[in-house]
Amino acid sequence: MKTVEAKHLVKTYRNGEVKALNDLSLDVEEGTVLGVLGPNGAGKTTTVRILATLLKPDSGSATVAGIDVIKNPEKVREVIGLSGQYAAVDETLTGWDNLVMFGRLYHLGRQKSVDRANELLERFELTEAAKRPIKTYSGGMRRRLDLAASLIVKPKVLFLDEPTTGLDPRGRQDMWSVIQELVTGGVTVLLTTQYLEEADQLADDIAVIDRGTVIARGTSDALKTQVGGEKLEITVENVDLAKTQEIVTRVSGHAAHVETRTVSAPVGNGSRDLMEALRALDDAKIHPLDIGLRRPSLDDVFLSLTGHVAEEVNEEAVTPKKGRKK
Amino acid sequence: MNHAISDALVITKRQLLQLSRVPEVLIFSTIQPVMFVLLFRYVFGGSIDSGQPGGYVQLLMPGIFVQTVAFTLAATASGLAEDMKKGLIDRFRSLPISRGAVVIGRTFGDALLNVLVLAVMAIAGYVVGWRPTSGILQTSLAFLFLFMFGYALSWIGIYVGLLVKDARTVQNVGFLITFPLTFLSNAFAPTTGMPRVLQYFAEWNPVSSMVAACRQLFGLENQFGATANSWPSQNPLETSLIYMLLLMLIFIPLSIRTYKNTSA
Repeated sequence: MKTVEAKHLVKTYRNGEVKALNDLSLDVEEGTVLGVLGPNGAGKTTTVRILATLLKPDSGSATVAGIDVIKNPEKVREVIGLSGQYAAVDETLTGWDNLVMFGRLYHLGRQKSVDRANELLERFELTEAAKRPIKTYSGGMRRRLDLAASLIVKPKVLFLDEPTTGLDPRGRQDMWSVIQELVTGGVTVLLTTQYLEEADQLADDIAVIDRGTVIARGTSDALKTQVGGEKLEITVENVDLAKTQEIVTRVSGHAAHVETRTVSAPVGNGSRDLMEALRALDDAKIHPLDIGLRRPSLDDVFLSLTGHVAEEVNEEAVTPKKGRKK
Repeated sequence: MNHAISDALVITKRQLLQLSRVPEVLIFSTIQPVMFVLLFRYVFGGSIDSGQPGGYVQLLMPGIFVQTVAFTLAATASGLAEDMKKGLIDRFRSLPISRGAVVIGRTFGDALLNVLVLAVMAIAGYVVGWRPTSGILQTSLAFLFLFMFGYALSWIGIYVGLLVKDARTVQNVGFLITFPLTFLSNAFAPTTGMPRVLQYFAEWNPVSSMVAACRQLFGLENQFGATANSWPSQNPLETSLIYMLLLMLIFIPLSIRTYKNTSA
């Protein structure tokens, strides 16, 4: 069953001058995670805002848990949780204040709101910070609290708009494990991200969007195959370039690409190929300045899918909302 | 629908919590009017010959009361714009709460703040010699008028906040509306000294009606306003009521509708 289904969404700003969504269609199977991958301005946030009933599309239709988001937004709001790119909580209040307030707004009643707040603070390891104003929180804590606020009433569908953008690696790891835990709990998730790695970690299925439309859809493995998987990259002194190129070509089975002093080629067996290359370099008495496996980035995905690198459209300049995009 | 009021009260409570967490806001929103009381009382009070028994301060206090509640417009507008900017309004709009609750709750919160501010100012006024002479009933009615006027302006503030969206710009727009309105009135000086065109404006200005109404209710002769035979200056109570009702009738539905359709 499709828990989220969007069909032919079109959204333009500035009287049609800027097309944020251009016939975008996507769906999310019940209990799965769809990663919506794309650069800034590709239309990720616009898509989430339409599905979360914050924005009406110019045309097209969408349902969430079988409910029409345009005709019946009130009903949709009862079954969704939304966690934005920027912590949409009251920064002057404490974490506890915020969660109790949201509990009351979900009509949980006073005692239940308090219980639920305590429970969520515990679960997201925020109990110690519960009575501190949010503005004293770290980026990661803020995001966790924001996520907690979207889980007050267990939602059927959770929208996570760039949940880790701007977090340091540790914060990102924490957030990932929290999200993974949620997913095992069975909630359907639509997650937007700029990081292929994040979609890889969290999503069952990935939709790549560019210029307001889906340009590729599939599992992360399928996309990677399409992109070409990992690359072996070795940087050496100029004198060793020719020999290194020969070794990399042999290990990879593809013609190695040379750029300044770096030799690179796609590899199929990751670390095994890396070690083989190392041994060959050692035999040849070549000491690499740098050596490594590079995973495909969003840029690689875009380059291979569209032939152009991810272009950043400054969405802030074209949409009326403020400070929500970075 | 049955949750409309309880949802709004949750939002109001949030604002009160904010005040308790950031007491500076409370302190500054009361210091400013008190400062105005002192400045006008002691800087202008000495040089303006009001001919008013009890001195200029009797005429001045209603003016400052009205001016202070008029600033509610800017306060409401910038508070709402700030929430929009921070993404809080998006979060609220994604919740299954009744449609007007967020803006209704904010107008309640700002109205409560006004009660406190008016109380502090009344005390400050008393200290510097302001004495209403009309008795408790009329004096209370004057404060009810002030409270309602602030509430009506709060709804214009909602509309301005939703339209302008940027908190700092909103603040400026708020002042741009409020300052001319409060000074092109009978609040601080007689309208008779103004050029004819401004006089005309000042007489029909809701701020003048409010000030004149308060003066009347506090037991004063309606001096600064009663310069012409215009209906508002002759009937300040009625005019004020009409203005307040009119503003609310226009701006409550308009603001709630704008809120529902706004995409933050």
